[in-house]
Amino acid sequence: MTLGALAAPLGVLGFVRPHLDWHALAPELTLLGVGALLTCLDIALAERGRAVTSALAGLGLLGVLVPIITLATAGVASEPRIMFDGAYVVDGYALILKALFVVSGYVVVLLSMNYVAEGDYWENEYYGLVLASLLGMVVMASARDLISIFVALELLSIPAYLLAAWRKRDLRSTEAGLKYFLMGVFASAIMLYGMSLLFGASGSTVLADIAAATPLDRGADAVPSAAITVGVIFVLVGFAFKVSAFPFHTWAPDTYEGAPTPITAFLSVASKTAGFVALGSLVFVGFWERDDVYGPALWFLAAASMTAGNLMALRQKNIVRLMAYSGIAQAGFMLAPLAVAGVNADVADQAVSAVLTYLVIYAAMNLGTFAVIMTVARRTGTGDVASYNGLFRVSPGMAVVMTVFLASLAGIPPAGGWYAKFAVFQALVSADNPAGYVLAGFAAVNAVIAVGYYGKIAARMWFEKPAEELGDAGRIPVPFSLRSALALTVGATLAFGIVPATVTHFTDVSLLAVAAAG
Amino acid sequence: MDAFLNGWGLTLVTFVPLVGAVLVMALPRSRELWLKAAALGTSLVTALFAVLLLARFNVSRAGELQYVVDRSWIEVINSRYIMGIDGISLPLVLLTALIVPLCIVYSFGHFPEPRNPKAFLALLLVLETGMIGTFTAQDLILFFVFFEVVLLPMYFMIGVWGGDNRRYAAIKFFLYTLFGSALMLVSFLAMFFLADGTLAGLEAARTFDMRALSGGATTAIARTSQLWIFAGMFLGFGIKVPMFPFHTWLPDAHTEAPTVGSVILAAVLLKLGTYGFVRVAIPMLPEAAAAWAPVIGLLAVVGIIYGALGCLAQRDMKRLIAFSSVAHMGFVMLGIATLTPFGINAAVFGMVAHGLITGMLFFLAGSVKDRYHTMEMSRLGGLLQQAPRMGWILGFCVMASLGLPGLAGFWGEFPAILASYNPAEILNKAVFRSYMVIAAVGTVLAAGYLLWMLQKTAFGNARAEFADSPDVTDATKREYLAWAPLLLLIVVLGFFPRLLHEATDPAVRESLRVEAVDGAPGDCLEVERGEDCFERLRRVSEQARSGR
Repeated sequence: MTLGALAAPLGVLGFVRPHLDWHALAPELTLLGVGALLTCLDIALAERGRAVTSALAGLGLLGVLVPIITLATAGVASEPRIMFDGAYVVDGYALILKALFVVSGYVVVLLSMNYVAEGDYWENEYYGLVLASLLGMVVMASARDLISIFVALELLSIPAYLLAAWRKRDLRSTEAGLKYFLMGVFASAIMLYGMSLLFGASGSTVLADIAAATPLDRGADAVPSAAITVGVIFVLVGFAFKVSAFPFHTWAPDTYEGAPTPITAFLSVASKTAGFVALGSLVFVGFWERDDVYGPALWFLAAASMTAGNLMALRQKNIVRLMAYSGIAQAGFMLAPLAVAGVNADVADQAVSAVLTYLVIYAAMNLGTFAVIMTVARRTGTGDVASYNGLFRVSPGMAVVMTVFLASLAGIPPAGGWYAKFAVFQALVSADNPAGYVLAGFAAVNAVIAVGYYGKIAARMWFEKPAEELGDAGRIPVPFSLRSALALTVGATLAFGIVPATVTHFTDVSLLAVAAAG
Repeated sequence: MDAFLNGWGLTLVTFVPLVGAVLVMALPRSRELWLKAAALGTSLVTALFAVLLLARFNVSRAGELQYVVDRSWIEVINSRYIMGIDGISLPLVLLTALIVPLCIVYSFGHFPEPRNPKAFLALLLVLETGMIGTFTAQDLILFFVFFEVVLLPMYFMIGVWGGDNRRYAAIKFFLYTLFGSALMLVSFLAMFFLADGTLAGLEAARTFDMRALSGGATTAIARTSQLWIFAGMFLGFGIKVPMFPFHTWLPDAHTEAPTVGSVILAAVLLKLGTYGFVRVAIPMLPEAAAAWAPVIGLLAVVGIIYGALGCLAQRDMKRLIAFSSVAHMGFVMLGIATLTPFGINAAVFGMVAHGLITGMLFFLAGSVKDRYHTMEMSRLGGLLQQAPRMGWILGFCVMASLGLPGLAGFWGEFPAILASYNPAEILNKAVFRSYMVIAAVGTVLAAGYLLWMLQKTAFGNARAEFADSPDVTDATKREYLAWAPLLLLIVVLGFFPRLLHEATDPAVRESLRVEAVDGAPGDCLEVERGEDCFERLRRVSEQARSGR
């Protein structure tokens, strides 16, 4: 039977192949190709392939950047490529996020090299799963349809569940994986239910159509029906799990502590970013006009996450758990602009830029912090905050680098984090309503509380006598891959802080304009 | 030369120290001499640039910004890299550029424990960039960044090289200041969204350009909004000054900081707060400033009295000097609160004078501590016997600090009191005249505690425990080298206050000028019923906006 004969019945059924823009899909296809290549190599070379797997994964990720750059130069930002009736859109928003995912993935690979090789873990599967998860994220950046969002979410989550339990001889890691899995599935179920309600109310799964459907149009019907309210809230709750917002954060500290550290970095940056991407598409494209529903919900999530995350972080003794709670607080900052986004189109544009800016800067500084944590743990073998005592006297360079990251996380110029916080403040104040100002006040107070624990680590490194765990073998050696990761992240963190235009040039995008065009 | 200075002068004077810091960090730790040379060298180059800026500064046009650079920086928020100095900034830039090399020279002989000259010098230079940058920045966001850059180096300086209780002091300093600046940032943003740059002749409505914001862009903002925005700035700058009741971080920070840290803190860092009032808060929101002025004045005089009483209760010499700073900054703030050119001129003079004199006092306290290993005044005494030259220098600085005519301190204190006899028309005279009386009582108290301190430390006989101590020597060459320029300036400015006034006066007048829009009278601070005048100004500005 020929291919044509196979396709004939489909033609009878009226199937027309949708338009495929190969250029726009090139990043996803490349990523898929790299993953497939890794698997084939493993089959062909077996053990002999171990040495090249990580390098290949890293190079492959850099290769994915090529189509992203060509797409950017082809002017995608001004003329978005829309496929599948608006279900899959490649625009400026999607592109910067794809680049962010790929670069974060590259740094995670750099962090993993020594960890995986020295820990005697299966290498091929490890990198294969990381790439699969990244593929899910890259798809998520373009997904503008409930179903593609859901598929992307599962594609990025399932490999992540496995990776969290990668240290399978360690009970903690098993606990991490299981907890993450159960919570994640629970969240997916809630979200699916919410999506089904939205589909029922609007009659479409494409976000742009949902926005246009009457029940979600603020002008037509000022009071939302219960179905829409519940639907929107459930979908938000599902992603609140993903971004570990309070009170849906309970999995994060345990999972972060138990998972292999590079995977913790991956979860805390890439996976969280993916959650925000979906939230962004949903809020701005899907139900932007329904800010009477999502506004208060996100306002509460933002304020509660910042405050609770910070207060709990103050009490942590383990650095990875501390970073987990700090991540919850940072998620609160990123949620804040979304809470006021519905005020008007101008504020919405500010909000989306603020969230993107925050995500980019957060990725650099958080990955960097984890790179330092891993480097120090190679010597001390513990995640105890007290093991950072006197790091400045043992490894001054490492202490300075860590200080840059901590300052950035705390939002102190000239490290990048200040501009991220600034962008959030700017979006909140631009709303020019009480909700915005009060949330800005919350954020300001929280920015100060956060310095309490970031500063405490800095104080330990600089002011104390060296901890016993640091030993007396002099400076902590830094393997090449970690060194590159550190150089990359420090450079980015400082560049973002001193010349914020390096970020804002890319994050100054509008989702509403695309929604209108679509 | 002029073209070079116009284009690059301010950028260089701001960033050369940072280059020096990088250089110091790059040099090997074992080569201490190289480190010292690099740090001193770059700070001297900075000072040289500052002097060049002074030499080519056009004093007859001191009210205008000079050496202005204006480049794009963060386009999305329309924040630009704008630098410029006028007669108010210039003395403060010079003060900073002078103090830092002196601190480096002073620390050469003995870096405080745990030594590590490399980190110490690098931090000092980063600090210098932050301080000079704050005085030269003319864009609110740029200003904010420099204002914050100062925090971390100072935190580490107190925390690493400080006294026994250093960790507490360091984090307290950090959290207090950060809290203020977070709210200040929100205020800046509110102003960004509410002000209208087109009123000041800019193309864009939203701007962080300080020239436009103090040149009429804010006149259309509603009165209530102005009051709130000012309140946010008030917290940010007030904590930095520090004003009563936000002053509690200061005595701790000063007492625990190493000598050089205390000197920088007293001489320059506190001025960032008062400079903020003079440069940002008042020129941009004169209406709100007038509404808040009685409160500022009240807190200022409370600070004067409270600081003085605090001094009288101290047993620690360094802590006493720290509390005296609270009192002295109270005089500066009182001058500012009058909203008159006379008062603000006095305030700027007071800032410079306090920088020189209190900086000097902290140097002396540090040297006393090196010799006696204690700051307990009950154990000190007999400095004039054991180290007569140092004792006399201490006496001289005490006299300068209590405001003896003929020395610099007088010109900060006395005119500030005088100005509050006759505050701006818009303010209530009776209120400010009562402040004047209270402040005058403060000067008597100041004389009391300063002389008491001198008596305790310099007069009498040395305690038996130190009578034969080999550590107690007279001032060394290195100390003379670090102190001489300060002592000289205290005398010179005391005799020729005109040197400073000539530069500051036009700039102060310019900063208080309320732009007159056609139909509305300008200078609302100096007319009867000033509130109405501002109200009319607002209406005219709103018409101008809607007309476009």
